[in-house]
Parts: sequence; C-alpha cells; structure tokens
Amino acid sequence: MATYSTNEFKSGLKIMLDGDPYAIVENEFVKPGKGQAFNRVKVRNLKTGRVIERTFKSGDTAEGADVVDVELQYLYNDGEYWHFMDPQSYEQLTADAAAMGDAGKWLKEEAICQVTLWNGVPLSVAPPNFVIMTIVETDPGLRGDTSGGGGKPATLETGAVVRVPLFVQSGEVIKVDTRTGDYVSRVKE
Amino acid sequence: MPFSSLWRPSAPLATLRLRAELLAQIRAFFLARGVLEVETPVLSAAAITDPHLASFSTRYFGPGPHHGGMLYLHTSPEFPMKRLLAAGSGCIYQIARVFRDGEAGRRHNLEFTLLEWYRLGFDHHRLMDEVAELVTQLLADRMALGRPERLSYGELFQQYLALNPYRSSISQLAACAEARNVSIPAGMPPDDPDPWLDLLLTHCLEPRLGLGRLSFIYDYPASQAALARLRPGDPPVGERFELYLNGIELANGFHELGDATEQRRRFEQENASRQALGLPRMPVDNRLLAALESGLPDCAGVALGLDRLAMLAVGARSLTEVLAFPLDRA
Repeated sequence: MATYSTNEFKSGLKIMLDGDPYAIVENEFVKPGKGQAFNRVKVRNLKTGRVIERTFKSGDTAEGADVVDVELQYLYNDGEYWHFMDPQSYEQLTADAAAMGDAGKWLKEEAICQVTLWNGVPLSVAPPNFVIMTIVETDPGLRGDTSGGGGKPATLETGAVVRVPLFVQSGEVIKVDTRTGDYVSRVKE
Repeated sequence: MPFSSLWRPSAPLATLRLRAELLAQIRAFFLARGVLEVETPVLSAAAITDPHLASFSTRYFGPGPHHGGMLYLHTSPEFPMKRLLAAGSGCIYQIARVFRDGEAGRRHNLEFTLLEWYRLGFDHHRLMDEVAELVTQLLADRMALGRPERLSYGELFQQYLALNPYRSSISQLAACAEARNVSIPAGMPPDDPDPWLDLLLTHCLEPRLGLGRLSFIYDYPASQAALARLRPGDPPVGERFELYLNGIELANGFHELGDATEQRRRFEQENASRQALGLPRMPVDNRLLAALESGLPDCAGVALGLDRLAMLAVGARSLTEVLAFPLDRA
C-alpha cells in the first residue's frame, strides 16, 4: 500500500494508525512563528466509528489503508455470519457481528448494501437508507386517539422495532428511514 | 466547486477594498513618522538557512551574474533590508510579497504579504509599543480591543502550563502534553526541547492567546532566538517577540543581532541541522555578513502578516476569505 505525506492529507483519505484503518475527517496545518510545523488531524476509526485527534510532524508519512466501498447484495444470515454477494462477480463475502453493527435488523434478502472492505474483508455495512417492510405485530391502538402523538411500537418482519402512528395496523407495509430508525409512511402494495 | 467558477476571486470585493485601505493607512502611519518605504529583490542567490523554512528556487538562464545558477525567492525581506540599514538608510519599512514552500492551510498560503519595518535605537520593548499602536489604529472601528498584554515566554508557560520552559526535561514536557491530551507525534527528538515546546505552544497555548486583545510574548529561549540578539543571564534569552490576536500569530520581531561572527555561527549551525534532517544546505548570505561586519546600527525590526490582519479585521476563519486568488485559484 502507498504511503502518504502530510502534504497529501485531505478529508476522506484512508490511513493506518496503530494497526487500525482510519479515515481523515479534518486536517489542520499549524506552525508557530518560527519552529516546528505540525498537522493536527481528526481521524475516524473505521472499525469503531470513534473520532480521535492525532498530530504529525509536517512532512512525516502514514501508511495508506486498503479500504474501499462496494455495493453488495445481502443473501442470508446463518446465525453467526451475514452473507453477501457482489452482483457483478458473484463473489460471496461474509460479515461478522462487529462489521454488521445494527445494520442486520434492516436487511431483507436481496437488499443492496454499501459495504466497506478492509483488505477485502467487510469492515462495516450500511443498509439502504430507506427500507419497505411489513409489520408483524403492533397493538391495535385506539381509533380517534390523537393525543400524545408518541405513537406505539411495531415489530417488523426482520425483528426491528420502530414507533408508528396509532392508526397503523399489523399486516400493513411501511417505509422506514434506517439512518434514524423513523417511520416515514405507509406503502400501498 | 465547479471548474467554471474558479476564475472568480475567493475574497469578496469589499474585503479587497479593505486591504487597499489598510495599505494606505500603513503608508500614512510611516510617512508621518519619517520611516522610509523601500523595495528589495524577491530573488536572491542566497537563502534563509532556518531548517523550518523552505525557500522556492528557480534557475536563472542569464545573461550577466548568476548566469545558469540557482536563485531563491525570499521568505522575508530581512537580509537586504539590514544591508540598507548598515548602508545608512535610517528607519525603513517594506510591504513585500514573500514565499514559503510547504505552507498551506487555513492560516497559511504559499505566498503572502509581510509588512516589515526597522527602527533605529529601539529595543524589542519599544518596538512592541509601536506595533501595538499601529495594529490598534488599523483595527479601530473594525473590532473592539482590550488593553494589550505582555508576557515573557517563561511567564507564559508558567502561567498556563505551570512549567518552566527553560529547565524542564523532555520527559516533563512530554508528560505535560500527555496530561493535556495532546497526541504526541512520531519522531519527536529525545534530546531537543524546542519541538516539544512548539508542540505545547501550538496545541495548548496559541488558541488561548490574545483573546480580544493584543498579546505580546517576548524573550524566547536562546535556542529559538532566530535573528535576535541574546541577553546574557540565567537563563540567557533571545530578545525576540511574537504578537497574537484571537489565537492567531500576527507578527514576529527582534532586537536585531548585529554581531557578524555570531550571525555566521548561527547560519552554520542551521545548515548543520538541515543536513542532519536530510534537508539541503542553503547558500549563506555573505553580503549580509559583510554588512554586519561594516556595522549594523542598533535597531529592532518586526514582520507583520497583512493577510492575517485582514482576516482579523473582517472576522474571517480562513485566508481564502481575504485573498483574491489563493492557491486553488492561482
């Protein structure tokens, strides 16, 4: 993998630090009136999502991280691993629970996900921004009760639980924003 | 940014008008004080030896002297201005475009405008008075300033970090950085305190300096004297100062070193450091050394960044807001 000088640092660049892959969020060049210049760099750990600050002496280098984003199709979960396929090459890849985070609860078969690969292995999985799912269970709710506006919990076919308005019933199909976990609308099929 | 809009200036035209106003005010300030405006070459066969400054260079194809040789773009007009002082110019100032390779960021651009001036018979304290007067005048009506403050480098570290910058060991400096959650870069030297002091200064101190008022830091460690004279004592200090406003370094000044032998020693020492760091040695300015030998009048000098001053005057976060065409549009 290539090495990058601090002069090549920019947001989005993927580098290795302490054996983990990181993405540069922000890079600031600082220099006292006379003397040593530094790059103060905010980096996001691509495994944990945690953002930390690292300082480099200007002109020093960091090793690049072999990290790429690919679109993969979700196949199935065998109880331990989630299996995906590259729709172009038909190559199959598996993601573990750490890579999945809570993405798994939004995945129906054949969903196209954005998967970040590190050295060819899934590092993190982002579900589609919006998913369409059937409600398998929710309280009947009281018609005409418009107070509170808080809605009620509803369990979806994948096991995810979202809050829905009181008028939404079991068996209905809804659209959910996976980034926030919010109900968006009912969907007519 | 679509390619088609990059022909436009990145600074608003109103800011470019303000820059022109600042220049007019500066010229009026020095005219009233009998300080002479001068111009000196941007290209020189000699260059700065400071290992932390990188000069651009170009080849001259002739004719005449330096035919086929390297010429360097100045990083400040200091050396030729001192030659003018030694030749009897009296007090002088210059508004110069200067060039520094490897410097780009919110507060850095590879070329920028320095106001540099020299006052005969002044020491660094008297020059700080004049800097405060000029900057206060230039920023009047543009920002409210409290009374200027003055702290020695030692007081600064003592007050903010409870640390003696002259006597602390490397491990004490490192522990201080760690205690303040400063990430310690790879490759910090185990035997040279200056980069450690720079780390603490840039990360822990500069952001807190000059908040709403001019903050002068003076009397730097002898190893950071640059072109300032040393004042013997315990510890000896370089009679150098820096000015900060709202966390931004605005100016650097010296009670000027006039001793040719000491100046030659510092050039040689810096070139040795360059070599140790794997950087090229730079051609020493022998004409400056000859001028110092013939006699530099006792004086103090200062360089002030006008682009940063404009940034402060309009409350900008980045130099791109005050430059017509920063690097990405140059």
